[in-house]
Amino acid sequence: MAQIDSEKYAVATQLQLTWWRFRRHKLAMISIVLLLLFYLLAIFADFLATTDPHATDARTSYIAPQGIHLFDDNGFNPHVYGIKGQRDMKTFKLVYTIDPSRKVYIDFFGRGYEYNLFGLLSTDIHLMTLKNAERGDGIYLLGTDLLGRDLWSRLVVATRVSLTIGLVGVTISLFLGVLLGGISAVYGGMVDTVIQRVIEVIRSMPTIPLWLGLAAALPNDWSVLQIYFAITIIISLLAWTDLARVVRGKFLALKEEEFVMAAELAGASQGRIIFRHMLPSFASHIIAAVSLALPAMIISETSLSFLGLGLRPPAISWGILLQDAQNIQTLALAPWLLVSAIPVVVVILAFNFLGDGLRDAADPYG
Amino acid sequence: MSETILEVRDLKKHFPIRRGLLRRVVGQVKAVDGVSFSIRKGETLALVGESGCGKTTAARCILRAYAPTGGSIKFKVEGREVELAGLKRRELRPLRRHIQMVFQDPYSSLNPRMVVGDIIGEPMLINGMSDAVARRRRVEELMELVQLPRAYYNRFPHAFSGGQRQRIGIARALSLNPSLIVADEPVSALDVSVQAQILNLMLDLQDQLGLTYLFVAHDLSVVKHVSDRVAVMYVGRIVELAETEALFERPLHPYTEALLSAAPTPVPGAVSNRIVLEREIADPANPPPGCSFHPRCRYATDVCRQVLPELQEAEPGRLVACHRAKELSLAGVGAAEHVVA
Amino acid sequence: MADPILSVRDLKTQFFGPEGIVRAVDGVDFDVYEGRTLGVVGESGCGKSVTARSVLGIVDRPGRVVGGSIMLRPAGGGPAIDLARLTNEEMRKYRGPEIALVFQEPMASFSQHYTIGNQIGEGIKLHMGLDERAAKKRSIELLDMVGVPQAARRVDDYPFQLSGGLRQRVMIAMALSCDPRVLIADEPTTALDVTTQAQILDLLRSLQQQKGLAIILITHDMGVIAEMAHDVSVMYLGRAVETGTVKEIFEAPRHPYTRALLRSIPTVLAKPRTRLPTIAGSIPHPFDRPKGCSYHPRCAEIIGAVCETAEPPAVDTDDGRQVRCFLHGGMEAAKAGVAA
Ligand SMILES: Nc1ncnc2c1ncn2[C@@H]1O[C@H](COP(=O)(O)OP(=O)(O)O)[C@@H](O)[C@H]1O
Ligand SMILES: Nc1ncnc2c1ncn2[C@@H]1O[C@H](COP(=O)(O)OP(=O)(O)O)[C@@H](O)[C@H]1O
Ligand code: SF4
Ligand SMILES: [Mg+2]
Ligand SMILES: [Mg+2]
Repeated sequence: MAQIDSEKYAVATQLQLTWWRFRRHKLAMISIVLLLLFYLLAIFADFLATTDPHATDARTSYIAPQGIHLFDDNGFNPHVYGIKGQRDMKTFKLVYTIDPSRKVYIDFFGRGYEYNLFGLLSTDIHLMTLKNAERGDGIYLLGTDLLGRDLWSRLVVATRVSLTIGLVGVTISLFLGVLLGGISAVYGGMVDTVIQRVIEVIRSMPTIPLWLGLAAALPNDWSVLQIYFAITIIISLLAWTDLARVVRGKFLALKEEEFVMAAELAGASQGRIIFRHMLPSFASHIIAAVSLALPAMIISETSLSFLGLGLRPPAISWGILLQDAQNIQTLALAPWLLVSAIPVVVVILAFNFLGDGLRDAADPYG
Repeated sequence: MSETILEVRDLKKHFPIRRGLLRRVVGQVKAVDGVSFSIRKGETLALVGESGCGKTTAARCILRAYAPTGGSIKFKVEGREVELAGLKRRELRPLRRHIQMVFQDPYSSLNPRMVVGDIIGEPMLINGMSDAVARRRRVEELMELVQLPRAYYNRFPHAFSGGQRQRIGIARALSLNPSLIVADEPVSALDVSVQAQILNLMLDLQDQLGLTYLFVAHDLSVVKHVSDRVAVMYVGRIVELAETEALFERPLHPYTEALLSAAPTPVPGAVSNRIVLEREIADPANPPPGCSFHPRCRYATDVCRQVLPELQEAEPGRLVACHRAKELSLAGVGAAEHVVA
Repeated sequence: MADPILSVRDLKTQFFGPEGIVRAVDGVDFDVYEGRTLGVVGESGCGKSVTARSVLGIVDRPGRVVGGSIMLRPAGGGPAIDLARLTNEEMRKYRGPEIALVFQEPMASFSQHYTIGNQIGEGIKLHMGLDERAAKKRSIELLDMVGVPQAARRVDDYPFQLSGGLRQRVMIAMALSCDPRVLIADEPTTALDVTTQAQILDLLRSLQQQKGLAIILITHDMGVIAEMAHDVSVMYLGRAVETGTVKEIFEAPRHPYTRALLRSIPTVLAKPRTRLPTIAGSIPHPFDRPKGCSYHPRCAEIIGAVCETAEPPAVDTDDGRQVRCFLHGGMEAAKAGVAA
């Protein structure tokens, strides 16, 4: 193997060293790509949705996943099959099934339901819509649920909700954690003791009943948005304690480092010591802690919603989608509904691998 | 004789021992318990003793990284005498540039996130040298002074060996032209072969720049190579203080004798008459009554077990705290028993 | 002299890291005899610890012994066993009862969650088949033997409750728990004060006298070597550059590196404030091993082109010493090699 370029290594910044080390973690690298894809999906959720995720239609109840056919007799011409109603001769019920005889053509960048891109730009352009659609037709990539809503469209929108709840929650707990952990470490003494006791009390509470209690206390008439923020805050109120501990522990450890004393002995101000000499050293640890806190947040939201105590329909989140896949009968009838579990598992695993990779790479001198 | 620049009198630092939920104080670690000495301009005073005897604590009190529990630290700065012991953090900041420190641990003492040039330049930046070009020039001068290639300006500390890191630490300490440099075991963490390089560097710098050192060490062989005078510490107190040559040739305190005898000599078979000190240094939270060295002292008598010996002038220029100093005749180095068997 | 207990020949250990191969140990030979101490000396990074770990078969990944032999003469006679060829499973039989290791940093080698009695007892139960009570009794005896005061009480302490010196004693007790014949002490006193160092060295000496232990003492301090070793092996960049008895090494060092090392030791015998001769530069990074004699960039006695291009072979001199330096032979072979 080639000799290492020792000069390159010698002048490498902390970020470069971290990156070089991180790069060696195959799983973490794959995870970061996956997560980027998921966040892209979340950003462009409405654009990628093929039908209005809230639109119900009894005719399209429990339609199985349906592939896109790329070619027809005239060459490349992506299309899906239409939906037709048929009377079931035993039950005399009208069942809707796929009708291969009728082709419905896909319109790229066509017009569909109206939405706000990035919350700013009002548009109705979607990646895929249908051209010659009749009532009930649709691109049911992952099938539909009982109420005839397209699962793919619901899943992308749910992904946005669940992933952003994680981000907002982490931001709140990061703020609380850094602030309180920092205060605890800088001031020490009584302040520290009080904050530490509070953290211990919070941590000693069984989380699930506590969440349940808090979530159940939310007024029923709150809007989806209000509930969303309330849930985020409930989740992060409990999660900041971990971050506060990381910050405090790292801060105290760094305070003992001799290079910090060297700065103090050179006459540096308190602020300079903290921001110039200490913060850069634990930024990486905070990032690693955050990447481990994120999946915990996502799981919390998903579990709460799944139990019916978090977000409530008509909001859409992973937990709510999983709620639909709750009972055995439904699953026997529409097993594709279980697909909603896949992104949860993938994202949580990816975050964990990423966190592990970051934690290992974060301290290139350690 | 040149002027005294640091005068430490009866310095004390007690760390409270706290227990329980309410963190009540249940005792005191008397890490430094009445230390007095002075340092003259341009000399090297060595402070030696086993680990745990309070050397670092004493050094950090003088640097005012710790607030002393008692005593006075008079420091001459720009022609006037300042009492450092009672000053507040804010009052200390402008004075700090005059006393700088070289640390023991070449790893923990350099910020791994800063390049060498910034590490050495940081004290100057803090003290108002905001002209980046001038600062860089001065940093390069300093690097040359400690024999580091200028080309290493942009390297991070992880790319350096222990010895090179210690050079960086010395350059940083020199950057503000301090009148006193406190070096806390600057070579203890280094390989023996690298120790020699750093010791020589410190001697050279002293000759070139007229530096004054307080040199903390636990190894008398290192001390012999750098110091003009030696203060021997034991459980928070100085037990002997003398000129280097005199102290090594004819120690007056039994502890000094034992330390001298423990220092390894590069002569095969020289250990036959070694005084191996039994047990360990006394607990500074609970020192024995009388002379704190008495449980390990082979000359101890009843009075030693009851009465604390004061540090007194035994001969001109020599201080010792031992009841039996006058009657004992202790072995120094160079005596017959240390010659090859 | 009797046959050596342990005889290492051409030992090579390499680390296969992502940045390249580190030849940490690159052809080391030595013999260890019953009742004698072999001092292995050299600057940090020259491969002392990796040598010790190779002998014990505990090299950290991604490192591996890639060549050479480690012959152990069994206690009851019979043909020597090559430890380098044993599987990890087979090696476990020898680690402890035959060869034991004392680490430099005792804190790192103890678990913080078990009492020292538990940790000493572990090996005893495993190798000697004693039960809990007997193991504890033996632990106390061992602690007593290594001079831990009030051993019966201390046996229930946790490692963090002990001072550095005591921890090192406990480490030695642990190493001796299965009565090994070879004790490898890797910088056992580097982290200690001179006074505690003197105590520990004293202990090792008296244990050797009592038990006839063969000791490999690893250090970077020539003073410790002078005090402890019978035989000395001076290492530089993964190789033994000079071997001989302690008297020979100190009185008539041959390799320029040995000479430079000896000159650079601070000593209480020096005149006050004297500068020490130093070895120029520092030990190169193992990736940048210099061509030719790996010591040539720092050598004061370099023979121009020869040392820069050819590797000096290990030359056995008439008096049974070994040197790797062209000043002391091997030139013919080098020239033949260049010509060929
Ligand atoms: N911050 C502290 N809090 C409590 N005890 C301390 C502290 N620093 C040092 N000590 C104690 O003071 C004594 C002297 O320590 P130190 O000054 O570090 O000794 P030395 O530098 O001579 O090894 C030791 O017993 C040590 O445990
Ligand atoms: N786990 C490891 N991975 C990679 N290289 C290693 C490892 N351990 C030791 N080395 C390399 O092996 C060489 C010898 O190390 P070591 O035996 O620890 O030196 P010593 O004990 O003489 O100070 C060093 O250059 C070091 O970089
Ligand atoms: S006073 Fe007594 S115990 Fe203390 S050092 Fe002197 S002789 Fe020893
Ligand atoms: Mg200290
Ligand atoms: Mg080692």
